[in-house]
Order: sequence, then structure tokens, then C-alpha cells
Amino acid sequence: MLTGATIVLVSFAYVGLLFAIAYYGDKRADAGRSIIANPYIYVLSLAVYCTSWTFYGSVGRAATSGIGFLPIYLGPTLMAALWWYVMLKIIRISKANRITSIADFIASRYGKSQMLGGLVTIILVIGIVPYISLQLKAISTSFSIILKYPEVVMPDKAGAALFLGDNTFYIAMLLAAFTILFGTRHLDATERHEGLVAAIAFESVVKLLAFIAVGLFVTFGMYNGFGDIFTRAAEVPQLYALLMLGDASGSYTTWASFTFLSMMAIMFLPRQFQVTVVENVNERHLNKAIWLFPLYLFAINIFVLPIALGGLMHFQGGSVDADTFVLTLPIAQQQPILALFVFIGGLSAATGMVIVETIALSTMVCNDLIMPVLLRLKALRLNEKIDLSGLFLAIRRGAIVFILVLGYLYFYFAGEAYALVSIGLISFSAVAQFAPAIIGGIFWKSGTRTGAICGLSAGFLVWLYTLLLPSFAKSGWLPITFLSEGIFGLDLLRPQQLFGLSGLDDISHCLFWSMLANIGCYVGISLLQKPSAAEHSQANLFVDALKQSSTSGSRFWRGIASVDDLVALLGRFLGPKRAREAFTLYARSRGEKTIKALVADADLVHYTESLLAGAIGSASARAMVASVVDEEPLGIDEVMTIIDEASQVLAYSRQLEQKSHELEAATNELRDANHRLQELDRLKDDFISTVTHELRTPLTSIRAFSEILSDNPQLDTGQREKFLGIIIKESERLTRLINQVLDLSKIESGNAEWHSSEIDMREVLDDSVTAVSQLFSEQNIALETSAPSVVPPIVADRDRLMQVMLNLLSNAAKFCERQDGRVIVRLTQEQDALRIDVIDNGIGISPGDQEVIFDKFRQVGDTLTQKPMGSGLGLAITREIISHFGGKLWVTSSPGAGSTFSFTLPLRSGSKFQVPSSRSK
Amino acid sequence: MIRSGVTGQRLAALFLLGCLLFNYPLLSLFTGRGEIFGIPVLYAYVFAAWALFIGLMALAVEKRGD
Repeated sequence: MLTGATIVLVSFAYVGLLFAIAYYGDKRADAGRSIIANPYIYVLSLAVYCTSWTFYGSVGRAATSGIGFLPIYLGPTLMAALWWYVMLKIIRISKANRITSIADFIASRYGKSQMLGGLVTIILVIGIVPYISLQLKAISTSFSIILKYPEVVMPDKAGAALFLGDNTFYIAMLLAAFTILFGTRHLDATERHEGLVAAIAFESVVKLLAFIAVGLFVTFGMYNGFGDIFTRAAEVPQLYALLMLGDASGSYTTWASFTFLSMMAIMFLPRQFQVTVVENVNERHLNKAIWLFPLYLFAINIFVLPIALGGLMHFQGGSVDADTFVLTLPIAQQQPILALFVFIGGLSAATGMVIVETIALSTMVCNDLIMPVLLRLKALRLNEKIDLSGLFLAIRRGAIVFILVLGYLYFYFAGEAYALVSIGLISFSAVAQFAPAIIGGIFWKSGTRTGAICGLSAGFLVWLYTLLLPSFAKSGWLPITFLSEGIFGLDLLRPQQLFGLSGLDDISHCLFWSMLANIGCYVGISLLQKPSAAEHSQANLFVDALKQSSTSGSRFWRGIASVDDLVALLGRFLGPKRAREAFTLYARSRGEKTIKALVADADLVHYTESLLAGAIGSASARAMVASVVDEEPLGIDEVMTIIDEASQVLAYSRQLEQKSHELEAATNELRDANHRLQELDRLKDDFISTVTHELRTPLTSIRAFSEILSDNPQLDTGQREKFLGIIIKESERLTRLINQVLDLSKIESGNAEWHSSEIDMREVLDDSVTAVSQLFSEQNIALETSAPSVVPPIVADRDRLMQVMLNLLSNAAKFCERQDGRVIVRLTQEQDALRIDVIDNGIGISPGDQEVIFDKFRQVGDTLTQKPMGSGLGLAITREIISHFGGKLWVTSSPGAGSTFSFTLPLRSGSKFQVPSSRSK
Repeated sequence: MIRSGVTGQRLAALFLLGCLLFNYPLLSLFTGRGEIFGIPVLYAYVFAAWALFIGLMALAVEKRGD
């Protein structure tokens, strides 16, 4: 029923479907309607993390160590919580600098060092090879097993010949072809592959569904749910041990170091960097990924332990490799469709990983390893070639084949000795070596190129010695004495008990020593030396990535370039047509019509370099640009100066801002002043019109009565005297008015004469009361005074104070009760002032008028029906006088209850000297 | 991208919580015998804690701006 032909056909059909998806994704991307521009596709593409390791290997791991398979998924879950800070920063930096691989990232951070880029690439290729071989092993094993359907037979590898006699080799080559078709159809400046991401996301769905299908089948088809499986397993002592930690699943150290390794792997595996950073469409997608990606991991792990226990109980005696339970259980239960689905799921898991990983690796091998070397070889005359993009693609394709062949070789020589997970962990340990250089690089400015190179090399060498070489030794490729006796027979150098350290599993052991060497060298050497100018500027760019809205390296460049050279340079790597397009686009963004109008300034050089960096890596791009441009190297001092200038500019701009605030405030003040001036002008006009009006009233009556007298000489004496009396009274009023106006204007303009002397307020009070006593007794008004026996002297103009008192007293007399008038004058001493109250029992003043009466020419009451009883200037003058002496004049009153006019005079007003107490009475 | 500081801090705190939840010594509390609904306590604990952790992260990320 399941024949080899069916299986192969279905596999190819599935791969064809993937191509269709990728093709559709690319078409949509070209049309500008991306299908991957949503967070869910992004999360599914991140799930490329789950490979055959997860699909087949987790069950195998669980069968020997219970929940010991879990740290590999708990690590990424924990790390996801830190993505908010770490991954976002890496994405920002990579986008701003057009970084397309992890080698590029590290090289770029440490001064665009070609050497560092090459080193990272070598470490990655060697480190990832076991991981790729794991996928080959999984595909090859699962294919051999499903071919034998309906029997469960473990593949026998012993007789297979190398290369052409081995199925696995063909699988590797098919995968290479597949990857080449997927990933290197054309050279892209951003290294983004939308179609590929869509296909990967689809594969993630397939593998998840396939795994859950098996899980459901085993848990609920073969057994009666979780409880049933666990209960039955608990009856077998060996299986029960799996359900506890610390016995079979290894120590807590193992648990912790696996967690740490997977935390690093989720960020620094080349394929994870590719999908998380390079293929990221929108950094907002990261938000959803923070919890959705762990959810995916959660879902794909729920059934691992049930399947493992089910397999162990079903295939007793260890005849079947636990790594294959996912496939062999359905086969043993005669479920061809499910078995086929699982096979396709496993294929998805493996191909997804291999494709993305090899594309990422081939980019690095090409950009950071081979091209820099080729470009330096003068004999090849590459610098003179017009278009190098074809060469690039060829190198990348070659690199893909090369990497898969390496993977195949590792599988052939060492793969059989290990379970899937153990092979994968070797790769994880290699990738973890990048953690210090990258995490240090984005949070610590002082990390230097030499520090990174030394740290990486040291960590890598320790990894090689304690993990990779032992894996060769265990598979018989190296003498086994290497493990038991150490190199050269030196006991201390036994690779898995280095310096006698024992008690750790091999991964934790390697992790400890390699991290010690790595971090030690990185931090130690970085602290010992001063970074160069290029390192310094890159360090600032990386560490402050989240602070700057747009990063630009062009500030740190100075030199002479020509536009033609730059176009030609870009053309050689991207193809002349696309280079011209890119420059035309740039010209338009600068408001120029053609490329010819462009000036080869620092920005244009930077633009060229960043475009080039997308295609050939930042280190190579730097070298290439430097080759066509006449650059003046910037010293560290100059870089520091530029940074200083930037901070000075910042300071200036702050000052400017402050100045502008001050200006604004001044403007407001001026506007207010202008308003006041206009108001005063209006008041002046009002005053003049009021004054003339007030002057005309007496003049009119004087004139009228004079005319009567002149026209009627026969008027009797009584009439005549009466009229003359009026004329005289009105003239007096006129004179008084004019005097008051003059007085007021003198006071207001400050031209009034003040004859200040030390005076006793009690005397002023007595004199004023005496002066008005006649007037008061005429009107039958009782006048009372009260004053303390001694008050301190004040310095003031005696005549003016008399004027104030007379004014207030005559006012009081005017408005007093006609029948039973009573006015009280009271002098009191307050803390630092004298206070005088003039209290009457007159008609009072309504609250609304209490402030108005101090205005010029304002008289309270109905001026139409009542004869005005004063000039309307008295209180205004009074207030001016009081305020001249530093005092205050106010009124408290309510209608019908009389009024109290009060004023204060400060005790030391106007005196520059302390009044001697002996002179006070 | 709006990066409110509080979300980042919540996630960082969650990270620390996670480090506690999935490590010695908390794990060692659940290594003994015993079952919850027929499921061994260790298995039940790890998956329950994991689910809780994911739920809290979802809450922290999705409930922003408050």
C-alpha cells in the first residue's frame, strides 16, 4: 500500500507545493503586497527552530531522560521575555546598517573587521555542520523506515558506501538543489526572501499538525488519555524513573546549561538570525512573537513524553531506536496515512532547517570568507570586472553544496555514535560562543575587535577540543585513547575532564570551559586596550541604537570620491542596471533629476556602502568602497571631536531653545505693556474730556449769570447780589478744580514738591479737626477723635497729610446723616504702620462702587438728578498722596450703615534713617 | 514603535520569574512521587508553569499603555 514510489511521489509533490508557495510569495512581494507582513507568519517562520531534533529527537531524548528534553524549549521561552530589549536592538541595528548575517553583525560592530567576519563564518560552518548532519540522518532514517512499511525495521547502515552508494548522499544533494532554487535565484541587496519565509511558515504548520496528530493518536488512540499512559508507565520501574528529575534526566546543572544554550541558540543560530532579524518585515511583529512563539513550542512539546512512554511500552527490549518512535508507532499500528503524514512532517522540519541554515551560511561564506580573499588576489583582476553579481551567485551555490557535503561527511563518520539531540547540542555549544561578542557588543561600548577575536577563538578552540574532537573519537575516527588519556597522554588535558574537572556532563563541561576562555579573553583584552576610531564609532552606533532615531555613519567619513566610480562599484556587485536604478532613486530623494547632478559627498558614499553591505557584507563593502575612494583616515581624536561637536551642537540647540523661550516671554511682556499704554492713552482722552466737561459746568453758570447781570441793569440789589454770589462761588469752584487738576497731574507725573519732615501724626489729626470744626458744628455733626497718647513719628509732608485729612473729613461731612451726623476719627498704631480711620454714619457706598470712587471724576450716586457735591478728584488725589508715602487707602462700607475710610502710613516710610526713639513723644 | 518602559520592565521581571520557576530549587519540590489527575507532578508542574508564563507574557505584551 505504501510503496516506495508513492512515498517519493508524495514527497516531491510536497516539495512542489512548497515551491508554489514560495513562488507566490515572491510574486506578491514584487507586487508590493507581501503575504508575510503579519505577525503570525513571522511567528511561524521563527518556528524553523523546531527541526528534526524536535520532531524525532525530543521523543528519543525523553525516552532516556524524561523531561530532560524540555530545557531546549524553556530557554527560548525565557529569552523571548528579553527580546523586548535585546532582539529589538539587534533588529534596529541590522536594519539601519543593512546587516544580513550574524558574521556581518559581529564584523560590523567591531569596526567592520574582515578578519572577524571570516572567523565567525569559519566557526559557524564547523559548528553548524553536525546540526545539518542531524537533519540528514533524520530524513535518511525516516525514509528507510517508512520504505519498509508495514514492518518496523531499523535501518542498517554498516554496509553503505561513501557518496554514490549511499542514499543519504542523494538526499543531501537534493536538498542542496532545493536550497539553491529557493535561496539564490538572484542577488538581493537586502538578502530578504519573502517566498522562502512563506514556505517555511507553511512547513511549520505542517510539522506541528503532524506531530500533534501522532500525539493524539498515541495518547487517545492507543491509550486512554494522558492519565492512562502515565499510570501504566508508572508500573514499570525504569519508566517511572523518567518521570522524576535528578535521577535519569541528569543533574540540575545539565538542566541549567541546556537552558542557557538554547537561550543563546534561539538568537544566534544563523537560521534564527535570518528569520528573526533579516527577514523581519516590521519590528512590531516581534511583540506578538514574544508570546506566540513560546506558545508554538509549548504546543509541539505536549505530546513528547506520552509518545516516548507509549513507544517504550510498545517496543520493549530496545529493538527500536527511540528517535524513531514518532514514525514507528503509527507504522506498528498499521496507520499508513498517519505514517506518511508524519514522514512529511519530519521532512518539513528537516528541510526548513537545512534550507534557511545553508542559505544563511552560504551568504556568510561568500561575503565574509571567499570574496574578501578573492578581491585581495590581484592575479584574478576582479577589481577590473564590470559585473560580479554572477560570480557571487556561483560562489553561494558552491557554498551550499559544500556545506551539505560537509554535513553528509559528518553524518557518515560521526553521526551514528550519537542520538539526534546530542548532535544538535554540539552545534548549540558552538553558537553560544557568539554570545559575549554580540551581547557585549550591543550593551558595552568598550568591547574591542582584538578582544572579540581572541574571545571567539579561545571559546571555539575549547569547544573543538572538548566537544567536537571527542565526537570523532567516539565514532572511531580518532583513537579512543584521545578521550581516556588526553592529548599526548597528558592526563590533565583529557578533553572531557579538562584540568581534572569531572562530575559534569560533556555539554556543561564544554560550556563552562569555553565560556570561561571566551568571556575572559573578550573582557580582559578589551579592557587592556584602547579601541580604534572605526571601532569607537561603530560601538557608539550599536550601543546607542535605540536612542538614535536614524543612525548614520556618514558623519565619520572624510575624503574625495567620484559619482561615476561609486556607480561602477555598485554595478559590479549588483549589476549595472540595478546600480543605476538605486542611484537614480537616491538622486530623486535628494531633489535632483539625474545621477549626474549628484555630488559624491559623505552621505552618498555611505549610501553606496550600505547598499553594498547588503550584498557582500559590511566588512567587504567597507574595503570595496575604500578602494575607489580617496579617503582620509579619521583618527580617534577626530572621532571624539565629532562626537564632542555633536554634543556641543546639542548644547547650543538647548541654549537656542531657552533663548527662544525668553524671547517669547519678552514678547508677551511687550504686548502687555502695549495694552497698558493703549489703556492709558484712552484714560488720558477720557480725563481730558471729563475735565473740560467739569470746567464747562461752572463756566456756563458764570457766563449765564454775568449775561443776566449785563443785560438787566435794572435788576434789584437782592437779585444782583444773589447772582454775583453764585458767580463768585462758581469761580471759586473753577479755581479749586483747576488747582486740583494741576495738583493731581503734578503728583502723577512725579513733579509735585514734597517737603518731608518728621511729624507727629497726632498733631496733624488735631489740626485737621480744628480746621473743620466750624464746618461740622454748622451742620450739627458730632466729631470725635481717639488716639493713643504716644505714637512714633513718621516722615511725611505735613501739608499733604493735612490735605488728606481735610479731604476725608469734608467727604464725611458731605455724606453724613443730616439729622444726627456723627464722625469718628481714630488713630491706631499697627505693627509697622499708623492707621487712621474716618468713620461716618452716612448713606454708605454699595460694594460695586467702593473701588470706583477712587477714580478721577467719579462720584457715586445719580449725577443726573443730584447736584454734584465735589470735583470728583479729591479721593483720587488722596490715594495718590497716601501711596506716595507707601501707605494704603481703602474704604469699608455697606449701604445705609455708614462708611469707613482708612489709610495706613508705614512707620519708616521715606526715612533713610532709623528714627531715634528718644525723639518720639 | 511605541516602547513603553513599563512593558519592558514587566517582561524583564517575568524573565526573572521564569528563571526561578524552571530551575533548581523550585523544580526539586516536584521531583517526588505523586500525581495530579493521573499525571506525574513534575510533568504537570512544568507544563502548568510554562502555560502560566506564556499567559503572563501575552498579558504584558498585549495590555500596553496602561
